[in-house]
Amino acid sequence: MAGLELLSDQGYRLDGRKATELRKLQARMGVFTQADGSAYLEQGNTKALAVVYGPHEMRGSRSRTLHDRAVINCQYSMATFSTAERKRRPHGDRKSTEMSLHLKQTFEAAVMTQLYPRSQIDIYVKILQSDGGNYSVCVNAATLAVIDAGIPMRDYVCACTVGFVDETPLADLCYAEESGGVSSLALALLPRGGQIALLQMDARLHQDHLETLIEAAMTACKGVSKVLDEVVRQHLQEASVLTGE
Amino acid sequence: MLKSKTFVKKTRSGGVMKVVREHYLRDDIWCGSEVCTECKQESTVLQKDACMESSLCSYPHYLVPDTNVVLHQIDILEDPVICNVIILQTVLQEVRHRSAPVYKRLKDIIHEKEKHFYTFTNEHHRDTFIEREPGESANDRNDRAIRVAVKWYSQHLKTFESDTDGLKVVLLTNDQGNKQKAQDNGLLVYKCEEYVKSLIANPELVDRLALSSDDKSEITSSKVLFPEHFPLSRIQTGIKSGSFLQGTFRASRDNYLEATVFVQGEGEDSTEVLIQGLQNLNRAVHQDVVAVQLLPRSEWVAPSSVVLQDEGTGKDDEDAEEEEGNLRTAAAEAARKPTGKVVGVIKRNWRPFCGMLNVSQIKESTRHLFTPADRRIPRIRIETRQASTLAGQRIMVAIDGWPKDSRYPNGHFVRSLGGAGEKETEEEVLLLEHDVPHQAFSQAVLSFLPKMPWAITPEDMMKREDLRPLTVCSVDPPGCTDIDDALHCRELENGNLEVGVHIADVSHFIRPGNALDKEAANRGTTVYLCGKRIDMVPELLSSNLCSLRSNVDRLAFSCIWEINHKAEILKTRFTKSVINSKASLTYAEAQMRIDDTNKNDDITKSLRGLNKLAKILKRQRIEKGALTLSSLEVRFHMDSETHDPIDLQTKELMETNSMVEEFMLLANISVAQKIYDEFPECALLRKHPAPPPSNYDILIKAAKSKEVEVHTDSAKALADSLDAAKVDGFPYFNTLLRILATRCMMQAVYFCSGMDSDFHHYGLASPIYTHFTSPIRRYADIIVHRLLAVAIGADTTYPDLMDKHKQSALCNNLNYRHKMSQYAQRASVAFHTQLFFKSRGILNEEGFILFVRKNAIIVLIPKFGLEGTVFFDSKDKVSPNIVFEEEIPGVSVPAPDTETPAKKQKLDR
Repeated sequence: MAGLELLSDQGYRLDGRKATELRKLQARMGVFTQADGSAYLEQGNTKALAVVYGPHEMRGSRSRTLHDRAVINCQYSMATFSTAERKRRPHGDRKSTEMSLHLKQTFEAAVMTQLYPRSQIDIYVKILQSDGGNYSVCVNAATLAVIDAGIPMRDYVCACTVGFVDETPLADLCYAEESGGVSSLALALLPRGGQIALLQMDARLHQDHLETLIEAAMTACKGVSKVLDEVVRQHLQEASVLTGE
Repeated sequence: MLKSKTFVKKTRSGGVMKVVREHYLRDDIWCGSEVCTECKQESTVLQKDACMESSLCSYPHYLVPDTNVVLHQIDILEDPVICNVIILQTVLQEVRHRSAPVYKRLKDIIHEKEKHFYTFTNEHHRDTFIEREPGESANDRNDRAIRVAVKWYSQHLKTFESDTDGLKVVLLTNDQGNKQKAQDNGLLVYKCEEYVKSLIANPELVDRLALSSDDKSEITSSKVLFPEHFPLSRIQTGIKSGSFLQGTFRASRDNYLEATVFVQGEGEDSTEVLIQGLQNLNRAVHQDVVAVQLLPRSEWVAPSSVVLQDEGTGKDDEDAEEEEGNLRTAAAEAARKPTGKVVGVIKRNWRPFCGMLNVSQIKESTRHLFTPADRRIPRIRIETRQASTLAGQRIMVAIDGWPKDSRYPNGHFVRSLGGAGEKETEEEVLLLEHDVPHQAFSQAVLSFLPKMPWAITPEDMMKREDLRPLTVCSVDPPGCTDIDDALHCRELENGNLEVGVHIADVSHFIRPGNALDKEAANRGTTVYLCGKRIDMVPELLSSNLCSLRSNVDRLAFSCIWEINHKAEILKTRFTKSVINSKASLTYAEAQMRIDDTNKNDDITKSLRGLNKLAKILKRQRIEKGALTLSSLEVRFHMDSETHDPIDLQTKELMETNSMVEEFMLLANISVAQKIYDEFPECALLRKHPAPPPSNYDILIKAAKSKEVEVHTDSAKALADSLDAAKVDGFPYFNTLLRILATRCMMQAVYFCSGMDSDFHHYGLASPIYTHFTSPIRRYADIIVHRLLAVAIGADTTYPDLMDKHKQSALCNNLNYRHKMSQYAQRASVAFHTQLFFKSRGILNEEGFILFVRKNAIIVLIPKFGLEGTVFFDSKDKVSPNIVFEEEIPGVSVPAPDTETPAKKQKLDR
């Protein structure tokens, strides 16, 4: 039996999207009231919940305190029911630890930590359902949560994964595409300045193709940022109506 | 644009798993028809006046075949008559799932512009997507999806009825239930056969129809000839448990009742299972992947040494049984081999076969037997009304199936190649049979050729070394137009010699990844037939721009050594260059210049220098254990008008042949070392594995018959003992032994250095070797050129070059093409030999016996390079009283004068 055909001759992908099209992106901000900031985000079938606490005083070991800026603490986890086969260990495995580190790096680049010396910001993200692009969905959800918490950022951080098939970059991979032997690249972008907050790729790719792939990823990230911006504005409007301003 | 999404649930075997996938439905998928004004499509595929004249459909119409029609009647769809067809995505996906070869052919058709095949992505269209209903099988859902799409099309096209004189959509299906349901829905639907028969202009298309299952019952008698094949599930469990073995079925060339199944074991080891008798062969065809069951040890047999050809006319099954009886000989216990029977076919490997039609004796019959050109393929029964026209022609036939109650497989006529015995036809047959791509180059390929008039640009000159002042010359066989190598030799001031090998820079013209490159990679090699050449690259390159002709500036890739007079290499360098060859000589001309003491020009001096060095190099090589083997090669002198062979001679070898060869070997070895140093993971190299000792059995036995001993422990020992093997009064003996030794060898193969650890080239006794010197006619050389160019910084790399898996796949193709081209070459020589003898009548020549079989001997006639089987007993003669001795092997006739090798009168062919 032949493998899946990731891109048909007519230019359609497995789920009917074209190469540059993103999945349907929906989000809500302020889903919890206990936390300082929270957001829920769906990108196709990948669903994530992000919660932010802080900035607050350092907890735990004081030795980690930084004198000129805030410490960002990230924790990534996956619900046991998020994948087709039940996950044994929702967090703390190597993959999750790595993902937590990536998130931390991404947000250290975006959040204006120097405004809050000697304090700590906690970002918790949980994947409720996983269908590819977990990292980018987490980043996008966390951005909204950080904004909801009112923590100043240089810009939205938008992330997207792209893959490379038949000399064509595919935006926003779903699980079937990710597992179909595509060399995929994840990129987190500060869209206004076009700065890259994080770029990660662990597949093999010829260097000639790298530029086109990054180009495609940046375009996709800009598309994501537009949607996020809309969500934020919508949320603000609703909030301001409620407070009667 | 994204309309809605639905969830598709899937379960996979081995732990049921729920897979949830998104499925986007779109409203921007267009219908692809010229008449449509509603769809905002950029280009249309389907024509407005789709005219296929059919008595059933008098109006213009588009065809929509269902999956089974595509799978079984792909030959029909390939016909130029059939155009304006809508292939639904549902159908395409099902075909892809069920048969890779058909899928590939379908895709080729879709890409052909003149066929007007349009792929409609119905699964993602808002109006044509349907969900599987509870209780509905996947097949039923797909059939319904096809009907819904056809319905959509007919309604969609109806809106433009005013300006299309009633354009309609016709569904083709062979499934009765599907047809009924479609009719109930008010669709136009026909069976494929009905439709094809209704085509007015093309009655012969009917013959290309594959037999569908309900026709078969008429053909065959009720008698069941073969045991039933096991179902796939049982075969799989059988293979897992070890009771069955899986392997490739290889029919015997000499005996149609015998075959071997090649079972690939774990790692390197593999076993062969012998299959004997029609029942045990059980409808397997050469190259099929089959499951076999071993017979109990007591029923094991030895391979028979009888030569048997299927002479049956289709009805005489008793004959076959009798012949089968002859096979069973009381063989010695040791000679018995694992014997088995085929219990099931895992994968058929049928392709269209070339051959001849045996017209049935009954005049009005439409069923005839077809004899394939390849003796390993069984005869095929086909149905045709054009038997009288097809008799005496070479035709192509595809197998449709082999029911268990039929002696022969059923098939259908694909196309006619032309009259048998005609040169063009026979050439076509042998190219097809050896899978040599020989169509004219497509427009897409030609578009990548440089524009004429072509000249070397100043930019080219900047990047290259200007070697035009050097006295470079080329030495080739007479009539050669694709000259890919040239040489020079001059004395340096320090007393050493500078020797240069200049190879045509084909990689300059063929850039990676374009259509030209892909075509060349697919062809793999140029195929030389007698009087004809099937080029790997278009002629403009092969015979003009890349060919290093004399007195024109050409781009080259040069390998330059500094060598002292003891032929020790002091320095090696590689460079891209521009050269201007001063002379293109033939081997004989070059030889004459060397021998002529009066000549003292630069070219001659250069040749003499080369010749001197070559002799030393050759001696060194032989001391290291390189083999000099022999094979018979004949050359035909062709009549310039009729291109018929008028004379033939065996190839003559001159000093200059080995001179050129020596430097090519040197260049290849130097380049191999360089690219391997630079790219240890992805260098394309060539190896020649040492043969297993058992391969030498025939050689040792043959030598023993003349009391000569041959040592085969190492290449060196073999070379030495071959040199020593001489028999007084029998000068040809040594050559014969060398011919036999050649047959003991393994095939040399290309491989990727990252995928293998054994690089040794046995025949050349070199630790590393590659092909660099003939890029015009071998694709491997182009890759090596590219690697070398990157290594010296003259070119940039590209992804596929560095990917060892892709390169290894390329090597497999090259090895296959190389092997096939050699077979095609031999077949061409054999055909021309027959043409040659057609007008000669009976000749008397000296011949030698190569092998002995139970009822035949295999004889070689060196003068013609001809090898043939001579049967002892033929139909009209009584066989002499022969005693066959398995062990020696030899045949003794109670008359005195049989001796291996004996002189034998050669019969006419």
